[in-house]
Amino acid sequence: MNDFPFLSILTLLPLVGAIAVALIPKAKAELAKTVAFVWSLVVLVLSIFMWIAFQVDGDRFQFRESYAWIPSWDARFTFAADGIALVMLMLIAILFPIVILASWHDVEKTNRSAPVYFSLLLAFEFTMIGVFAAADIFLFYVFFEVMLIPMYFIIGSFGGQRRQYAAVKFFLYSLVGGLFMLAAVIGLWVVGGHTFDFSKLAEAGASIDQNTARWLFLGFFVAFAIKAPFFPFHTWLPDAGGAAPAGAAALLVGVMDKVGTFGILRYCLSLFPEASRWFAPAALVLGVIGIIYAALLAVGQNDLKRLVSYTSIAHFGFIGIGIFAFTTQAGTGSVLYMVNHGLATGLLFIVVGMFVARRGSNLISDFGGAGKLVPVLAGVFFFAGLASLALPGTAPFISEFLVLIGTFTVHPAYAVVATAGIILAAAYVLWMVQRTTQGTLNPALTEVPEMKKDITLREKVVVAPLILLIILLGFYPKPVTDVINPAVQATMQDVGVEDPGPTAVVANERVGR
Amino acid sequence: MGELSLPGIDYGALLPMLILFGAACLGILVEVFTPRRSRNGIQLTLAFLALAASFVAVIVQHSTRKITIGGAVAVDGPTVFLQGALLVLGAVSLMLIGERSIERGGPFVSQAAITVGSQKDVKQANDQPGMTEVYPLTIFAIGGMMLFVAANDLLTMFVALEVFSLPLYLLCALARRRRLLSQEAALKYFLLGSYASAFFLFGVALVYGFSGGISLSAVHDAVANPQRSQILLYAGLAMIAIGLLFKAALAPFHVWTPDVYQGAPTPITALMAACTKVAAFGALLRILYVAFDGVRWDFQPVLGAIAALTMLVGAILAVTQTDMKRLLAYSSVANAGYLLVGVLALNEEGLSSTMFYLVAYGFSVLAAFGIVTLVRDADGEATHLARWAGLGRKSPLFAATFTFILLAFAGIPLTSGFTSKFAVFGAAVEGGQTWLVIFGVITSMLLAFPYLRVVVMLWLSEPSETTPTVSIPGFLTSAALVIGVAATIALGVVPAPLIDLTRDAAQFVR
Repeated sequence: MNDFPFLSILTLLPLVGAIAVALIPKAKAELAKTVAFVWSLVVLVLSIFMWIAFQVDGDRFQFRESYAWIPSWDARFTFAADGIALVMLMLIAILFPIVILASWHDVEKTNRSAPVYFSLLLAFEFTMIGVFAAADIFLFYVFFEVMLIPMYFIIGSFGGQRRQYAAVKFFLYSLVGGLFMLAAVIGLWVVGGHTFDFSKLAEAGASIDQNTARWLFLGFFVAFAIKAPFFPFHTWLPDAGGAAPAGAAALLVGVMDKVGTFGILRYCLSLFPEASRWFAPAALVLGVIGIIYAALLAVGQNDLKRLVSYTSIAHFGFIGIGIFAFTTQAGTGSVLYMVNHGLATGLLFIVVGMFVARRGSNLISDFGGAGKLVPVLAGVFFFAGLASLALPGTAPFISEFLVLIGTFTVHPAYAVVATAGIILAAAYVLWMVQRTTQGTLNPALTEVPEMKKDITLREKVVVAPLILLIILLGFYPKPVTDVINPAVQATMQDVGVEDPGPTAVVANERVGR
Repeated sequence: MGELSLPGIDYGALLPMLILFGAACLGILVEVFTPRRSRNGIQLTLAFLALAASFVAVIVQHSTRKITIGGAVAVDGPTVFLQGALLVLGAVSLMLIGERSIERGGPFVSQAAITVGSQKDVKQANDQPGMTEVYPLTIFAIGGMMLFVAANDLLTMFVALEVFSLPLYLLCALARRRRLLSQEAALKYFLLGSYASAFFLFGVALVYGFSGGISLSAVHDAVANPQRSQILLYAGLAMIAIGLLFKAALAPFHVWTPDVYQGAPTPITALMAACTKVAAFGALLRILYVAFDGVRWDFQPVLGAIAALTMLVGAILAVTQTDMKRLLAYSSVANAGYLLVGVLALNEEGLSSTMFYLVAYGFSVLAAFGIVTLVRDADGEATHLARWAGLGRKSPLFAATFTFILLAFAGIPLTSGFTSKFAVFGAAVEGGQTWLVIFGVITSMLLAFPYLRVVVMLWLSEPSETTPTVSIPGFLTSAALVIGVAATIALGVVPAPLIDLTRDAAQFVR
């Protein structure tokens, strides 16, 4: 089973689907949606098979495939997945059918073409799977840049207010980061011995001159920090998240932004270990600032989608400190956070989208007491909010907790400050829920006929798997952590950092003396 | 009188150029001896046949490496590759030039000498067919360019420079619409071009004074073993470089570019953007790599500064443009900067990557100008940017094609724009020019903005009543567009064959 070319097929499948859906005429919107949905389910099924075929105690990189592409540069179509990539691929495969189903009626409000929208979504899935499956830096870079294009058109053509501004800002920010990375990729190619293969470069990485390595690290890091986004490169996300259609916004923060954190883990840390350690204090500070700053801004938002975008920036701060704490615990927590954040924030965005679709407005002040009209939907909203603030029993709690204890063992001060972010998270989530669904009913709401329709069957099908997964992983994260752990340990080995011994044991020894 | 030994002439190696010059002369006879109504067909066929025959001759010569006709012409890897590139790009430009179905009579004026605005002019603008002298002129220009990239001594190079420049000056003046703008462009190009030629010639004289010879190998030897004042060498090199930098549209010698690109008939603009670039950089490569290799440490920083300035000027001024042709002109200035980055690598990679870039950019820019010829209203081409707003809704296919070309210019992967940028930047890092690469990357960011603005206009704006229509392209323009776009995709996705070709060709003979 392990010889089956999972990754290349998984990458190409959505592309074929995207082309097929794009060829469906505009009038046959239902057909296009159905084909797109079924196609994404096929991808999901294949991913599940891949998950089963992955050997937890096997090699770090599995399902390796390599085909010649540009021999004179030694650029190859190399695919391989470690545990981190595997869980991200699984997250993608789960989120896309859900988002496609959630976006079922999104296009009808505009005069745009439904086949184009769903084709763009599948094209986006193609680039997303490709970027996580690539094990050749040239190939990774290609996907890293190309993924901007479908998302640009999704935001620009199908988004809400200020969509042009948001789309251009999104594109330019990412492109700037990408071009810094291009310079670094070229530099790495030259100093790394004219190869793009990740494994070869990881070996060559140690011998790169210290100064050069730091510059190269910076090139990669800026690109990933913009993508993630970390403070202070984050300003595009609230605009993009606010303007994108809700489903696409869920993908934007749920999946695409993870490319940034994934890239730091896979490329920055493994290729430039010394530089990673050198830059770690700065990255930790940025992470902590991001947690507090974004949470404070989230509290003050009146636009639901922008608010959720800011919460994401805060969460990426947690992921960032988890990565740069350089402990296995914190690293595993970060990767788990990437998955859980995709589920929880994805759910939150999708539910917000349901509210916005009914009310026709993103603004919290246009709601108020909505729970009296749509009690079940309000309940789901509340649950998504709780998951997002990492309530114990939901999946994000585990990851946030792991990040904090993993960080505390080495950098107690940062962990303590970051913990304040949890309190702020409670503030922005609960206040948002209160202003939207609780309290006295906003009389304007009763005049909107759609607000009287509670959650539909389609919407139930959309939210149910996410809710189930959030609860399941909240109580039993072992299947995921088992996959992540070896990959994170290998990464920490690359960085050359060992976990600090448990301090409690030291204390006992002293007592013994 | 002593024996006079004639230098050996390898006619086979010269055949590609001889075919073109012969065909161009034949074309002039056709003008004289055939009736006007059948001239267009005959001339077009003749021109295509000449290009095809010449291309075959180039293919046959592909492994020739020799210096012939008394050291005047070097036929080596770069020559063969660039001549082939010129012929293919020239053929695609010829498709745009030969298009007659988009506009009655084609894009060229019937009689250029008629006073603009006179009654005769109004009459000829409406129903007279375009002049057919454009075909022999184009063939002369392409032939001159082919000689330019093959010239192995400075005087031959100068002659070739004039052979391809003079037809271009004329061609610029022949637009059917907006004739004053076209004539102004031609005059500007002619005057500034003459200055540049004069600089070039003066430089040749100084270098001759320094080295006592005009062949590139004589200059090379003199540079390695100087007998006379170095001032002659540096002043001569600087003046020769000015002449070449002008043709290649590098800052600060680029100021003619936007005006000429805007005023010239769009198919001629396409020819200049694609082929003149190939010719100018081909000659620049040969001069720097073959003749002045010994003083590379002296000219590298100066030309490096020029490359940086060019990229910066092209990118920044492209942001402010409101006319599509001017925008593409500034973008071509910036691209000249990227090409110079590749040239300055001064290694084999630099040579091969620059040649790759020239071909890749040539196809993209031909497709871009090809699309510009299609967006029209009652007054001809509608080149003002604001007029393109909402075109994506009216003609999605053409907007998608143009978007793709713009993404290629912006260097997005899976287009030739990315692979070619990667190639030149990689070569430059290899050649120790990392600072230029960083500069190139930063200006690429700036340059992405104007491209993106056009994409936004095409797709995200609502069409207005004044939005021009996209004409249905005739067979020739369609073919040119298909070739340009297909090459842009192919060189982005599977660049390996062409890269290998450039690598095999990357060796000058001296």
